[in-house]
Amino acid sequence: MNVTMFHFMPYRDLPADFPPKGLASSWIDAPWWEYGNADKVTDCYNWALDELMLAAKLGFDGLGTNEHHQNPYGFMCNPNLFGAILAKMTRDQGFEQVALVQLGATISSTSPPIRIAEEYAVLDCISGGRLVAGLPTGLGNDVSISYGITPMEHRERWREGIDLMLKAWTAKEFFAWNGKYFQLPKVNLWPRPVQDPHPPVLIPGAASSSTWDYCHDRNFPYAYLSYFGGKSAEQVMDRFWARAATKGKDANPYRASFLQIVGVAETDRRAEEEYGKHVEYFYHKLLHLPTGYISPPGNADYKSLLNILMSGKELLQYGDLSIELKPLKAKDMIEKEFVVIGSPATVREKLEAMAKRLNVGHLMVALQFGSMPHAQAKKNIELFGREVLPHLQNLWEDQPWENHWWPKRLRKRHSRQREMASA
Amino acid sequence: MASPATRTIPIRHCNFEAKVKVGGSGPPLLYLHPAGGPLWDPFIEGLCERHTVYAPHHPGTGETVRESIYAVESLWDLILIYDEILDALELTSVPVVGTSFGGMMACELAAHRPERISKMILLDPIGLWREDAPVAPYMLMPPEQLVATLYKHLDAPAVQAALQMPSDPKQVAVIVADLIWALGATGKFVWPIPDKGLKKRLHRVTAPTMIVWGEDDALISSVYAKEFADRIANARIEIIKDCGHVPQVERLDVLKPLVAKFLDS
Repeated sequence: MNVTMFHFMPYRDLPADFPPKGLASSWIDAPWWEYGNADKVTDCYNWALDELMLAAKLGFDGLGTNEHHQNPYGFMCNPNLFGAILAKMTRDQGFEQVALVQLGATISSTSPPIRIAEEYAVLDCISGGRLVAGLPTGLGNDVSISYGITPMEHRERWREGIDLMLKAWTAKEFFAWNGKYFQLPKVNLWPRPVQDPHPPVLIPGAASSSTWDYCHDRNFPYAYLSYFGGKSAEQVMDRFWARAATKGKDANPYRASFLQIVGVAETDRRAEEEYGKHVEYFYHKLLHLPTGYISPPGNADYKSLLNILMSGKELLQYGDLSIELKPLKAKDMIEKEFVVIGSPATVREKLEAMAKRLNVGHLMVALQFGSMPHAQAKKNIELFGREVLPHLQNLWEDQPWENHWWPKRLRKRHSRQREMASA
Repeated sequence: MASPATRTIPIRHCNFEAKVKVGGSGPPLLYLHPAGGPLWDPFIEGLCERHTVYAPHHPGTGETVRESIYAVESLWDLILIYDEILDALELTSVPVVGTSFGGMMACELAAHRPERISKMILLDPIGLWREDAPVAPYMLMPPEQLVATLYKHLDAPAVQAALQMPSDPKQVAVIVADLIWALGATGKFVWPIPDKGLKKRLHRVTAPTMIVWGEDDALISSVYAKEFADRIANARIEIIKDCGHVPQVERLDVLKPLVAKFLDS
């Protein structure tokens, strides 16, 4: 299994009484001038980059960054700014086993979208072919509120943007693009990516059935970005795999990726003590995000909308995150396995069981979350990297599946590599 | 009263298959529905007493194909679709009643083809923007906040009747999906700020116009009544007291005679 250290890059210093009564959302609505401090943000960015570099040093397979706007949850406005830093630093420090998982730049709100084709090509060039090109549809609040895109056009712009990007990467002739949303008179992208024909694409999503179909139809892997752990993801991933079967796709686990918040300490008890408050900070403060913001009307297509409403709690247990998470304490969220918190043995066992149950070949772990300070994040990454990572990397290696969705020069059998290293 | 019939009209523009509800009898009247989608309510039934009411469904809503909205790329497309619907209905000069989003569309039609609209009644229309009185972000509100913003008296029997839901959760799921989709399909033409140039076009309207506003409209402030009236040559304002955004539900008793009188004048 390929394991990526994913960083939300959050603001770690919201006050204890946040969110105050009446604040509808910590996204869009939390005033910077009341809660933000640029000096603290300096630390946040630098810590996050150091934490990712530590993961690179410990042998993680990928480093993950993303894009969000107008919030303290995670404020990488453009993941490629951070990807560029990581591309250069990992190259200079000899960590060239690590992929840059850009998860990613939001094509539906970038105009023209070849800006992202260019930036991704730059990253692939600087890193020497280590880019995974994540192409998220983007959250409604980011795309439609922060960036003003009409919700009904969100998905169409995303699809057209991807088509344009792939053509711009691969065309061996000049072309004009006369799309519904974008028109360009002459496309001739400089530079092109190192990876031929182009970097592997990864499509992150929530639980939209049309995104699953899109992945299967285009043979792209899907990253399920859930905050609610492996148990609640079963319904979603079962449907994803059922759709794959219907469309004649195999059950290659590398078609799927899953995001998990993880905290490791010496013992289960100590882990609960150390991570509990950061879990609550994450779920209560940073995920203070109402449904109408995540998916304003027109954002989900009609079929997906009806699918979600008809399935009710069966598919998505939590509706309005700004309300329904508040009664849950850290203990509850650990019990429900939203978060995997425990000793190395506990974490190994839970993550392995989860990956097998969901049939995922890529795991993204968020090892810094919420208010977790830098020193604690480093400890978490170290413990995970030494005690959990090698074990998880062996997963699926006894199976015949090929990972077609990872940079070619980084595709390897971890077990064989380790044997060679010890010999 | 006989239930309304549905007319299906193939439209060349955007290959849209239009659906128009037709009810009542008498001289024709065009009714344009609000952002939440088409409905056939006591207000429309009242109009049917003296008129043949034609109520087209906005693309993607009501009885139209949900995905048909994708082909309607711009407000210009939408206006041309309505123009073609009126052609098919052979309505060369017709009075129009437009509520909220439908009010904006009535204005757009009347500005595009002034001769085609003989009279215009606008109920709390959207379509203009004042920085000191921004239109509430209704597309982002959770349901309970949305209804509290729409109505002044949530507990009034007429409001409760309008909000009534069936007991079968599957039916509710379809109603909610249709409502959300209708907000998205109409929202396509007002997002993110409902100021798409109507202010530059309203001077073209020639129809005698009555602008009706709930005095306590929390969604679109009644200060907008004057904004519309100032730009339409022949316009008058009727403010309904103790009423929110939906006078046709909250104060039908006051609205009905106002509308009848204006249409008869």
